[in-house]
Amino acid sequence: MKRLVALAALIATPAFAEGELKLYNWFEYIPQELLDKFEAETGIDVTMDTYDSNEALLAALKAGKLGQYDLAVPGDYMVRIMADEGLLDTIAEGELANRGNIDPQWLDVPFDPGRRHSIPYQWGSTAFAVNRDVYQGDISTLGIIFDPPEELRGRINVLDSQGEVLTLGSIYLGIPQCTQDRAQLKALSDMLMAAKAHWASFGSDIAKDVLVSGDAAAGMIYNGFAAKARAEGANVEYAFPREGYVVWMDNVVLLKDAPNRANALKFMDFLLEPENAAAVTNYAAYAPGVLGTEPFLDPAITEAPENNPPEGQKGFFIEACDEATQRLYDAIWTNLKK
Amino acid sequence: MAGAGQPGAAGGAGPASGSGAEAVGYRRLVVPLLVPAWAVVGLFMVLPVALMVVYSFLTREFRGGVTWEFTLAAYDQFFVNRGLFGDEPPRLEWTYITIFWRSIWQAALATLLCLAIGFPTAWFIATRPRASRGVWLFLITIPYWVNLLIRTVSLRFILRDNGPLNEALLALGVISKPLGIINTDLAVQLGLFYSYLPFMVLPIYAAVERYDHRLSEAAADLHAGRWTILREIVIPAIRPGIVAGCILVFVPCLGAFLAPDLLGGARNFMIGSLIDEQFRGSQGNWPFGAACAVILMTMVLAVLIAQARAALRGAGR
Repeated sequence: MKRLVALAALIATPAFAEGELKLYNWFEYIPQELLDKFEAETGIDVTMDTYDSNEALLAALKAGKLGQYDLAVPGDYMVRIMADEGLLDTIAEGELANRGNIDPQWLDVPFDPGRRHSIPYQWGSTAFAVNRDVYQGDISTLGIIFDPPEELRGRINVLDSQGEVLTLGSIYLGIPQCTQDRAQLKALSDMLMAAKAHWASFGSDIAKDVLVSGDAAAGMIYNGFAAKARAEGANVEYAFPREGYVVWMDNVVLLKDAPNRANALKFMDFLLEPENAAAVTNYAAYAPGVLGTEPFLDPAITEAPENNPPEGQKGFFIEACDEATQRLYDAIWTNLKK
Repeated sequence: MAGAGQPGAAGGAGPASGSGAEAVGYRRLVVPLLVPAWAVVGLFMVLPVALMVVYSFLTREFRGGVTWEFTLAAYDQFFVNRGLFGDEPPRLEWTYITIFWRSIWQAALATLLCLAIGFPTAWFIATRPRASRGVWLFLITIPYWVNLLIRTVSLRFILRDNGPLNEALLALGVISKPLGIINTDLAVQLGLFYSYLPFMVLPIYAAVERYDHRLSEAAADLHAGRWTILREIVIPAIRPGIVAGCILVFVPCLGAFLAPDLLGGARNFMIGSLIDEQFRGSQGNWPFGAACAVILMTMVLAVLIAQARAALRGAGR
């Protein structure tokens, strides 16, 4: 009898000894080798499901998937929303051994002050790129998009996304993102309506394509897309405007009612190891939020101008406004596109 | 429902033609056979539409979803403008009417364009020798084996300023600078026309094929001119095909958003993209999206009912 139990334990060991981990992540956002490495190091069995937007993640968790997953990877504003909706667990002091590896600039972020629920995963920026064959002047201002020079008028693509357009517009005017001030909102709306006359198209999926093909001579774009456009041969330069630009960051969050909480914390620690954080960056081509990754990073990624904002230039996260304020911004956006 | 009326009529005809027992047997067989059809209509048409109507009267939940409280807020938002801050005297809201009007005239124009090209095309095919008609119809349908999205993106590549169309015209010396079609309403029209042309050609073809060409000859013998024959004889005879074609083109054009987004540059909302926006973003407004869909559907139904009544009057004449 004893021998039989030992045998059963032996058979069961690889799969069940250390339990499992349920990860809910964006599609194509983590290399399989990294998951294999974690499984080999810890014996924990990782199961991953994927989603394709922050809104899809929120909807799935609200519709009853909470309690089935341990970790998810929401974007900045969605961390705030999920925390507000009570979907996140709190990481207690000292629970993460590698917390000290987090780059200090990403420690006290507005969407999760003090990093109580999340750790950084990847980050990037959203501004614009300009075709240097068409326009050789100074591009370090958001005026390129919102009050464009003669050469660029009628040849500008902007992202078909309310958050990015209204936030960059607010940064350009130097007004807060979630304001209820009538004069400021009116100024924002008027400025956008005037700028729209110079825009050829609204498109997010096509943002890179129109720059490569020459349909657009300037375009609002994510830094990773701009780097790809350059790699595809377009003579485009990504700008970090002096008024500021949008930064986004995806974060690993500990979900409420996580079935394997201890394993989830182990995986967070694993992702905070510089070598592992670098592996994600080399795969996703954005930037890690962890210190000490340099020796492990692909130089093509670290040296890309799109990943190196000039010293002193400021990035802003898109803020999640409250319902009453959001209504005003929805109205401005609808009015812009009516 | 049209389907529900049929078996009753057929069953009613039973006793007149045969014995009562036969009619009962017939009914016993017909009802179970109709259940799948009813289930499909109920599950895939009535239920979704009913859900949409119900949702349009529910209260919006911030960041997507609804709470089950009755309200007219969605319709109020559509029709009533109280200013950005909601403290101005109510007046008619033009924002959404403008968006709907844009979609309606785009769809109407595309329908006319399809009719202008589709009618002669259908006539041409229907008057070929019987053997070659199949080949022509086959050629019409070939592009539709490819997904609409891919065809629309391809059209974008062709029309863009440094695409093959402009490069060919520039090389031939026809034009000296690119036409600048991309991101205009003209490009949207071309996209809609190209996407929905067969829906015009096929019903008209079916009508022309049944047309008795001896009627035209008789009219010519009676000294009717070409235009008179077309206007007085041909068009009335194939009118059902033309009407069917127009409806088949107009209705999908009304809700189209691929062509406006990809070819028109998405600078302005169309009905389709307006509704899409209400369900997509984190700020989504489901009841308002549902209300827009209900208003759109009501308009389409009104057109179809008006057409059906006109057809009835035509048949009664």
